[in-house]
Parts: sequence; structure tokens; C-alpha cells
Amino acid sequence: MRTGLAIPPGPELPPAPAEPALVIRDLTVTWGERPALISVDAAFPAGRLSAIIGPNGAGKSTLLKAVLGMVRPLSGRITVAGIPVARARDRIAYVPQRASVDWDFPVRVADVVEMGLWRRLGLLRRAGPAERARVAACLDRVGMAELAGRQIGRLSGGQQQRVFLARALVQEAELILLDEPFAGVDAATERAVIGVLKDLRAEGRTVIVVHHDLATVRDYFDHVLLLNRCSVAEGPVAQAFTADALQQTYGGRLPAAYLGQIGLGGQ
Amino acid sequence: MTGLADALMLGAGWNAALVTIGAALLGGAAGAVGSFLFLRGRALISDAIAHATLPGVGLAFLIMAGLGGDGRNLAGLMAGAAATALLGVLAVEAIGRRTRLTEDAAIGAALSVFFGAGLVILTVIQSLPAGRQAGLEGFLLGATAGMLLHEALIVAIGGAMAVAAVWALRRPMILAAFDPGFATATGWPVRRVDLAMLAVVLAITVIGLKIVGLVLIVALLIIPPAAARFWTERAVGMAAIAGALGAAAGWVGTAISATAPALPTGPIIVLTCAALFAVSLLVAPQRGALAALVRHRLMRRRVLQRQGLLAMARGVPAADPAARAVLRGEGLIDAAGQATAAGRAAAARLMRDEARRALLRRLRPDHPALQSDDGLTPIDALLATDEIADLDRRLMRGAGS
Repeated sequence: MRTGLAIPPGPELPPAPAEPALVIRDLTVTWGERPALISVDAAFPAGRLSAIIGPNGAGKSTLLKAVLGMVRPLSGRITVAGIPVARARDRIAYVPQRASVDWDFPVRVADVVEMGLWRRLGLLRRAGPAERARVAACLDRVGMAELAGRQIGRLSGGQQQRVFLARALVQEAELILLDEPFAGVDAATERAVIGVLKDLRAEGRTVIVVHHDLATVRDYFDHVLLLNRCSVAEGPVAQAFTADALQQTYGGRLPAAYLGQIGLGGQ
Repeated sequence: MTGLADALMLGAGWNAALVTIGAALLGGAAGAVGSFLFLRGRALISDAIAHATLPGVGLAFLIMAGLGGDGRNLAGLMAGAAATALLGVLAVEAIGRRTRLTEDAAIGAALSVFFGAGLVILTVIQSLPAGRQAGLEGFLLGATAGMLLHEALIVAIGGAMAVAAVWALRRPMILAAFDPGFATATGWPVRRVDLAMLAVVLAITVIGLKIVGLVLIVALLIIPPAAARFWTERAVGMAAIAGALGAAAGWVGTAISATAPALPTGPIIVLTCAALFAVSLLVAPQRGALAALVRHRLMRRRVLQRQGLLAMARGVPAADPAARAVLRGEGLIDAAGQATAAGRAAAARLMRDEARRALLRRLRPDHPALQSDDGLTPIDALLATDEIADLDRRLMRGAGS
């Protein structure tokens, strides 16, 4: 098991390339007449771990879905490494929220991971020994190699999360998006997942996480976007993740004692 | 019975052999396609497609007869059936996408409206001089008696093409059913995949009209996949098994109906499907009802035995008579309810196991063995021998002090 918490974030990272990995300009998404995101601008640096933070209904998942082409924005431009996102689908990997999947579906763990290769294999090419080896390597990386033959519903929540992370790994994408990967998982899974994410960063990949646990933001992430339908603050965690910005994001509902607990008191 | 054996071996005549092979191919293709429809949770849309073929059959007959041709030309009737079935699917899709109605409501509306329109057109045809012998009502429940070679060939070729299409589309169809968000995110056109799947279902329905009829084709699309789900945990395997079950049902059902010409083919095929489903539901090894019952009984037995032994260790008889019956059955108590030597040994083993588990929980609450422990299996099965020895040493010391 990797112990990701032991890897300190920060100064030894190489400087981020000048061009951000993901740029969002003036993104507006509405559900019927109700705006979910209003003119959001954001630029996520390449080779960094970024968090999207905000209260329930702030549009965090909607932002990911817009990037992934799952919802059609009313307006806005999204580019991945300078390329319009519609032409960059093969550069993006995605780990969905656990609730979005039918767990009684007849697939085994290794089949789910293989799905990450299907786009490249196309309709007809069979998965050969090279593909199977890559699937096995990615399962091993998240500590799930022994359960490769298990039906997907017979796993714990944390194990399911790791399988979906392995599916994203097998895609070997430059940009990896995760929707609440730490929601409802055990501590061992949280350690394993953050360890893998930090390894991905060390390989120069860009990781963007919709995150709900304010207490771990400073340990896990380099860059943060505080979102509540509009972009409230964005930047390196040290500058953007402040008590003031959090109170704006959460509508002043965070108790001062809580902010003190997560190291943001006295401001 | 020789009649049935002959029919099964394709020995009941040229025509019956044709129909048998055609029905088997149709059943195989329908089972394979139906699996993906079933996994997508849209099995019932096939019923709307099937019922929406009827007005097309009638209209095609009227047009062909009106143009002075043979109104019964099968290819023409199938083209008409496909045209109105397509309208039916598009209606269901449009209602589902543009309104807040759920798909089942849209299916119910489209199904009954198209079927009603079809019945009106058939009644009109019946009143025409050319319409009396049209035999169009055979499309309702299937009529295979007078099947011609080229008609059987249409079924065979159409079925093979449908299977090929399903094979080619298996990956996007699995993704669209399992995780449509991921499918979209990785660039699969989910909506077009869904439409392609419905197109294959439509093709199967149209080529199956002549054999099982539009009322019952839905059974060939739904029952074999439902039966196959009992046997496998993989989507492609499920489609293969459903195809095999559908082909078997087509083959056997047609052979049975060939032995008694008064039996309609479609209903016999469907009943054969249902028999295969019932067998699957009962005897499938993992998901079957009997396996579940056996697992439940074994589990109950283990729980009761544990209760009984814990009571015995406390020196009282088990409160639950079922627990006493289990202990008696295992020879752990005698007829008077007194613990036997084997019973006392088993109770001692259980108490040692409980003590080890409690100690492990106190010393190493994060031990992986405790994660996978179910509280019934002896904990020593999950521990290394040196770990057990260490626990036992500590227990001995604890008892000594």
C-alpha cells in the first residue's frame, strides 16, 4: 500500500508550464431557467493538483460535466492545452461519482478497467496481452490486483472508487478529473487515492478534484477554485484558500471555530 | 414422440426444416440484441416497436395491391412494417426527450395508438375483395406453415447481420448502459449508439414478424437475456448465453409446433423460452433461487450452531429450539439436551476463538483480518500461525495473572 500522506506537497515540484492544462472562459450553464454556473472563468495549471471547492449546489459537478461534454453550456469556451475541448476528449480521463453507476451490472473489476482502453481499441480490435498487462498494472497501482475477477457490486465503496481510478489510469490521459473521490470511502482508500494522484502529478499530469473536505485542502492540493455558481476565488492554495474567501463561498455559514481547526483562524 | 424427434433432427420435411433453422437464427439474434436492450433498461421499448409494425404491414399491402402487384410480397410488407415501426420509435424518443413524461408512459401511448391504427387498417383490408385471402392476421401471432425458401433466407441473412451488428457495437452499448457519463466523456456518441441499438431491435422485430408474430416477438427479446443474467457476471457472456437460449427456444419450439400443425409457432417458441427461464431461475449456480436457498439454510445453520454453543459454554440450554435441533443433529448434545464430549470440545473451540478475536480487536483494531471477519468463521483462518501463537501466549498470561 502506498502511503501518499507521507509525500510532502510543494517546493520540489518543477515550475508549471506557462500554458494552463485547462482553461474555462465565461462558462454559463443553466438547468431550465435556473442558472447552475454564471460566467465562470478558471485556469488550472499543468502538472498540478487542483481542487474545486464549494457548498452543495454550487455547480462543482456541473463544471466537470461541462468540461466532459455531458451538459451543453449556454455559453463559454473550454480549452485543454490550448485545444477546444471537443477535439481533446482523448486527453481527458474521468472518475465519476460512485452513485452514478449501476452496481448490479454484469461486469468484473478487470472489465471496468479495460473500458478505459476501448476508445483507443475502437469497435473491433480485441484486447490482447499488452492491453491485459496494462489493465493488471493499473489495478496493482491502486492495490486491487487480487480482486480483478470480482463482480463490481461485490466490492466495498472504497474498493469501487479505486477500480474507477484504475480505469482513469489506464487511459494515460494528461488531464484527470475526479468527482468527489473521497466521499464515503475508508481511510485506507483515501490514502491510496491521494498517493496515486500525487504520483500522477510527479509524472507531470494535471489532476482536478471536486472536493468537499476543507480540512485536507492544504495537505492535498496546490491550486484551488472556490466556486458558488460564480468563481469566488482562484489561485495557489496559499493565496486563494483564505478564511475570507471561504466565508464568501459558503455565504458566511462557516463557524470561526471550524476555520481555526483547519488552520485558517485569526484572520 | 418420433414426430418430435424427427422435427428436432430436421427430418420432418424440407419446409419444416427451413422454418426450424430460421426460427433458431431469429431466436439467437433476438437474444443477443435483447441483452443490451435489457442492460440499458429499455426492454419494453421493443414492445412499442413490435406493435408499431402493424399499420405498416396493412399500408404496404394496400399500396402493393393498389399498384396491381401481389399484396402479400414479404419484402414489401417488411419494408412497410419497418417504416411505421421507425415512426413509433421516433415518437417514443421524442416524447421522452421533449416532455417530462417517462419512457414507460411514452411506450404505452405509442404502442396502443399504432396497434389500434393497424387493426383499423386490417379491418378495412378484410372488407376488400382482394383482402380476404391476404393472411395478414398471421403477422399477429406468427404463421410458419407455408413459409417459402426466400422468406426463410430473409430471416437467416437478417439474423446473421443483426448478430454481426451487435458484435461490432458491443463496447459502446455496454458503456452506454453501464456508465453513460464516462461514455460521453471519452467521446462515444451515446445517443447515436442508443439509436443504432434500437435500429437493430427494429430489424429483428421485422424479420421475426413472419415466425413469431408482432405480439410475441418481445418475448424473444426479453426472456432469453433475463434467463442468461442468472448464469454470468459478464455482459458479453450474457449476450452469448442469451443468444444460445434464444436459438434453442426457436429450434425446439418450432419442432414441437411442427408435430401438431394446429399449434401456432410463436406461442410455442415463447413457452419454450419461458421453460428455459424457469430452469435458469431455479438452478443457476450463483444467482439461482435454489443456490440462494441453500446458502441461506447453511448460513442459518451456522448462526444457530454458534448460538447453541455459546449457550452451552455458559452452562445453559439454548433458548431457541431450532438451535437445540441443530446441535442435536450434529451430535453436540444428546437426547436429554446434555452436552456430549464433541459438544464440549466445540464449545471450548468457539470460546477460544471469541477470546482471540476480542484480544485482536483490542490490540490491533486496524488488522486486515478484522476487516474481512464475518464473526462466524474462526478468526484463525485469517491469521498467520505466529500471530495466533502470540495471541494465545497473551491469553495464557492474562489467565495466569
